[in-house]
Amino acid sequence: MAESLVTIATLTREKIDYLLEMAQEFEKHPNRKLLDGRVVATLFFEPSTRTRLSFETAASRLGARVIGFTDPKVTSSTKGETLKDTIMMVGNYADIIVMRHYLEGAARYAAEVSPVPVVNAGDGANQHPTQTMLDLYSIKKTQGTLENLNIYMVGDLKYGRTVHSLLQAMRHYNPTFHFIAPRELAMPEEYKLYCDARGIKYVEHEDFNEDVISGADILYMTRVQRERFTDLMEYERVKDVYILRESMLGKAKENMRILHPLPRVNEIAYDVDASPHAYYFEQARNGLYAREAILCNALGITLEEVRADQTIIL
Amino acid sequence: MKREELMVAAIKNGTVIDHIPCGKLFEVVSLLRLAEVQTGSIMIGCNLASSKMGSKSIIKIADKFFSDAELNQLSVVAPNVTLCIIRDYEVVEKRRVSLPQALKGIVRCGNPKCITNNEPMDTHFHVVDVDKGVISCHYCNKEQSLDSVKLV
Repeated sequence: MAESLVTIATLTREKIDYLLEMAQEFEKHPNRKLLDGRVVATLFFEPSTRTRLSFETAASRLGARVIGFTDPKVTSSTKGETLKDTIMMVGNYADIIVMRHYLEGAARYAAEVSPVPVVNAGDGANQHPTQTMLDLYSIKKTQGTLENLNIYMVGDLKYGRTVHSLLQAMRHYNPTFHFIAPRELAMPEEYKLYCDARGIKYVEHEDFNEDVISGADILYMTRVQRERFTDLMEYERVKDVYILRESMLGKAKENMRILHPLPRVNEIAYDVDASPHAYYFEQARNGLYAREAILCNALGITLEEVRADQTIIL
Repeated sequence: MKREELMVAAIKNGTVIDHIPCGKLFEVVSLLRLAEVQTGSIMIGCNLASSKMGSKSIIKIADKFFSDAELNQLSVVAPNVTLCIIRDYEVVEKRRVSLPQALKGIVRCGNPKCITNNEPMDTHFHVVDVDKGVISCHYCNKEQSLDSVKLV
């Protein structure tokens, strides 16, 4: 059955595990003809090179053809066309729509009106479920499990959509969270209430140093952006505090891995790249497998069909 | 009660909405689309003395009965109104409004970056906490308080 993917927050544990298993199949054999003859539309109402390339690579490696736009300036939305009309039009041409939009809730609405499945590639500050799937995949791959992990989130926890979605998706797996952020960008109250309501343990820190992160299984770094601060004095005070350096990894657990949704600016020093703990580039690669699974699932292709697939290109 | 009956005449059949906070009167009028009601007379009393609330407003709509869904919309602006169904000058039913589980096309989302504020479409909210009056947008997921929302 074809189905849209709008948010990670309502996915069951069974569904998440199922999609991760499917992604694992694609890691074994990423090149196939499973989507031969299908057309994938990538509608990027807001530019996002990284996400778009990842989706287009996933579609291409499965044999699908890709149509779409990368910049809304060239589309009819600048002439005043509504989102609904654009979706109805593209729904006539493509078998599936991958959409990035600057407005929150755009993906939910597109999925409601679209005749074909819609995959949310980010809608404003709201949801970015495929990022969360690749984060989960990376965590599972590096730790061997998603259960009972110590997940440390660092940086901008107030506006960071990726950390909020990851927090919601991890609710099934008994995590312990550590939130490390400047006061102005601390984890919002609603997400702490979300944890409280589900018995999820969390600890808050303002300090970011060797000792604070020594218990981490996953260190999830995000960027502290200047434009998020109302008080620029505060920004100047904290901008260099939440930078991860190689010298801070001395007490890290051996299995600890550093994730980052990318792009990074300066929040992970270059000397960390050579550390065995660094995992952010492999993490981006996992996005390919996660998105191959998400495209297939949205088009109604099952895990059994992926396993029995005879179209693998070796 | 005597005094109030003097000020706003009784109706034979219809609906009475009592204990409306005076500031919310015109929102109630617009929510129930009273401007479009052609069936019978409508009487509106404003700034009436009330032992319960100091001052209140009341609306009496003759020969008009609303669906539960229509009436429950009122919970958004005036959760404490009293509804009376009148037949042959008698109150045959008296009840309160209750917040429905979903609010469609009634209130506006407070998030300016929400799709519902940028597309010609109906809003849609889920009620998160009835007692505290917390609703969340079906589209952008922003939680908001009923005290601060505006009608569409």
